[in-house]
Amino acid sequence: MTKAMTGARMVVQALKDQGVDVVFGYPGGAVLPIYDEIFQQNDIRHILVRHEQGAVHMAEGYARSTGKVGVALVTSGPGATNAVTGLTDALMDSIPIVVLSGQVPTFMIGTDGFQEADTVGITRPCTKMNWLVKDTAKLSGTIHEAFHVARSGRHGPVLIDIPKDVQFATADYTPMQRARTEHYQPRVKGDIEAITAMVEMLETAERPIFYTGGGVINSGVAASQLLREFVDATGFPITSTLMGLGAYPASGKSWLGMLGMHGLYEANLAMHGCDLMINVGARFDDRITGRIKDFSPHSRKVHIDIDPSSINKVIRVDVPIIGDVGHVLEDALRIWKARGRKVNKEGLAKWWKQIAEWKAVNCLDYKPSTKTIKPQYALQRLEALTKGMDRYITTEVGQHQMWAAQFLGFEGPNRWMTSGGLGTMGYGLPASIGVQVAHPEALVINVAGEASWLMNMQEMGTAMQFRAPVKQFILNNERLGMVRQWQELLHGERYSHSWSESLPDFVKLAEAFGCKGLKVSDPKDLDDAIMEMIRYDGPVIFDCLVEKHENCFPMIPSGKPHNEMLLGEADTQGVIGAKGAVLV
Amino acid sequence: MSALNIKRGSTSHSAYDLRDPNAEIIESHTLAVVVDNESGVLARVIGLFSGRGYNIESLTVAETDHARHLSRITIVTTGTPEVIEQIKAQLGRMVPVHEVHDLTVEGPSVQRELALFKVAGKGEARIEALRLAEIFRAHVVDSTLESFVFEMTGTPEKIDSFAELMRPLGLKEIARTGVAALARGV
Ligand SMILES: Cc1ncc(C[n+]2csc(CCOP(=O)(O)OP(=O)(O)O)c2C)c(N)n1
Ligand SMILES: [Mg+2]
Repeated sequence: MTKAMTGARMVVQALKDQGVDVVFGYPGGAVLPIYDEIFQQNDIRHILVRHEQGAVHMAEGYARSTGKVGVALVTSGPGATNAVTGLTDALMDSIPIVVLSGQVPTFMIGTDGFQEADTVGITRPCTKMNWLVKDTAKLSGTIHEAFHVARSGRHGPVLIDIPKDVQFATADYTPMQRARTEHYQPRVKGDIEAITAMVEMLETAERPIFYTGGGVINSGVAASQLLREFVDATGFPITSTLMGLGAYPASGKSWLGMLGMHGLYEANLAMHGCDLMINVGARFDDRITGRIKDFSPHSRKVHIDIDPSSINKVIRVDVPIIGDVGHVLEDALRIWKARGRKVNKEGLAKWWKQIAEWKAVNCLDYKPSTKTIKPQYALQRLEALTKGMDRYITTEVGQHQMWAAQFLGFEGPNRWMTSGGLGTMGYGLPASIGVQVAHPEALVINVAGEASWLMNMQEMGTAMQFRAPVKQFILNNERLGMVRQWQELLHGERYSHSWSESLPDFVKLAEAFGCKGLKVSDPKDLDDAIMEMIRYDGPVIFDCLVEKHENCFPMIPSGKPHNEMLLGEADTQGVIGAKGAVLV
Repeated sequence: MSALNIKRGSTSHSAYDLRDPNAEIIESHTLAVVVDNESGVLARVIGLFSGRGYNIESLTVAETDHARHLSRITIVTTGTPEVIEQIKAQLGRMVPVHEVHDLTVEGPSVQRELALFKVAGKGEARIEALRLAEIFRAHVVDSTLESFVFEMTGTPEKIDSFAELMRPLGLKEIARTGVAALARGV
């Protein structure tokens, strides 16, 4: 049954039909008809942000923590251009979001109208797909198609640009079932021959490793379950990228910790020394591989990925398996069991012995202090005091992000929201609000650096208005710490513009927003303050003054292979050549 | 994905392309890409090439199936075998792309391009130009006392060589359509 309605009403109807319960947005002239419709209904909650970048990151946090599609609504021109960073972020990390933007009326497009921007042109390279809808009859079908595209295949952001006259005009509503989706049906089942080849390889491997990524999380909770079953049944060690943390529990016996540039010694050396690498939903990012030529030189490699373009993009693999992680793992597990659950026990025992030696290096060790709070210590205390709670963590970008990945443990998927591919400072605060909106009762903590946090701090207003009791745990080193670290190691300790001058008084800032501010500088006071933060019923800005010159280790300098890792200050003298300095 | 090149039992360097990394092989491939004929699709395809640093030697596009609103884009591109594989995978995963065919590897194909040449001259040169045009089966589609416009269809190489011959004879301008290509047989 079709019904005639205005384009604006169609938007709201289509969102409802898609099961959307919340939209993050900001009004403006070109979306007023949609806002008028939002006003006249109660099914969809609208969260008024303070900046459109915030809206998109909130939608990302919402999506990442629920597995559902996140939705943002912005006006034309500046509203749309402000959404670009979030769209790019979501594209890099494969986060399913739908952004609806207003546009000047169709008859004004191309005239440099007020708040006109070529939104589909600007966002084409940072969306999985985008549409300019010029005909109301096509609007609802396009919205349904957009949701389908965002959550099918490799997830990603999509944008629909809706001119104002299209919002006013009336047409028949296209229901979800009649929308065009058949043209985009990426393959989810992996090739059985390839999966069998992988199983054969893992039966005999002496030094196997699972290297998992965000694709496991995107595949859904069932994929994480299957991964756990597979890892535990084979007894193979497992490491994960930043994006994949939580797919396998940090407390699991096969867990090696995160790998990569700031990954754990044992994880990186196991990657370097393995004879079989099973990449499950990761993409051989440069933060992972280091110098390509020397990446895991003695292994055969299997790569499970839903995106065919990820295969052989960076690293050539022996067995590519194109498909959804969950489907592929299910088949693999079934085949492996049917063939008698074989593994190379002798080889594995030796392998674990080797790994134990690497673990004994205790690579996350740091020099404790009774005078200043070490950032690592702050995170260890946060971990200890929040363990077992219904906890979600977001982060900003920098040293604190890497320390959070190293020192916090994740027991399940969708509990860790961080900007991996794009490395967007300013992601964490809005993302934490998006998570909190989706999980009102949970403890949501943004582990932040003071510099990143300032980039979207206006969103504290959003947290206050919508009673999102997000905890902003700021590891304040008064430095752009990660930049400072690179300058120390790569640029002759010339600290060009990498300190945070004129920082606000975060406690007063909290008061100004009407929330709670806490400030700690003495390690003795840390536990009590963290408990106070957790117990406080409302948003908290926690100014944790930490050691200013702490470096984040281990570190594999850019352009270096995994086995040339820096473990601490003693290792850092003159290590990075001019070639490495060119890399990012 | 039936032929899996798994080197069974081997634990050596299989992750790497065993080709000499210094011997960069640059290949030219002709790709036929069938896409939804929607606004922005061509921009998306071209944006992929510029955004990822791929080459476009030539590109032609027109709607070929009016009923289903499908366009066929023919792209001639160059790159190492790895890059060509990436280009195909990147095109293949785009939402509005229906099919990607590599006509260079999928068996024999025919390639044709149309070109217009304006040649100005008098006397001997003019007669020579006309004589060569006949040999190349180029048609005269416009003539004045001092100029011709020749039309020619052929492979890009044929068009190149005709252009070379015309240059000393007064070649003023060339317009080329870019390559259209189809696989031979059914
Ligand atoms: C939007 C943006 N601009 C610049 C950078 C480059 N950058 C990466 S980390 C960093 C410093 C972050 O400082 P802070 O948030 O205080 O974190 P810290 O490293 O001190 O823990 C900068 C400037 C970035 N990642 N994102
Ligand atoms: Mg800092």
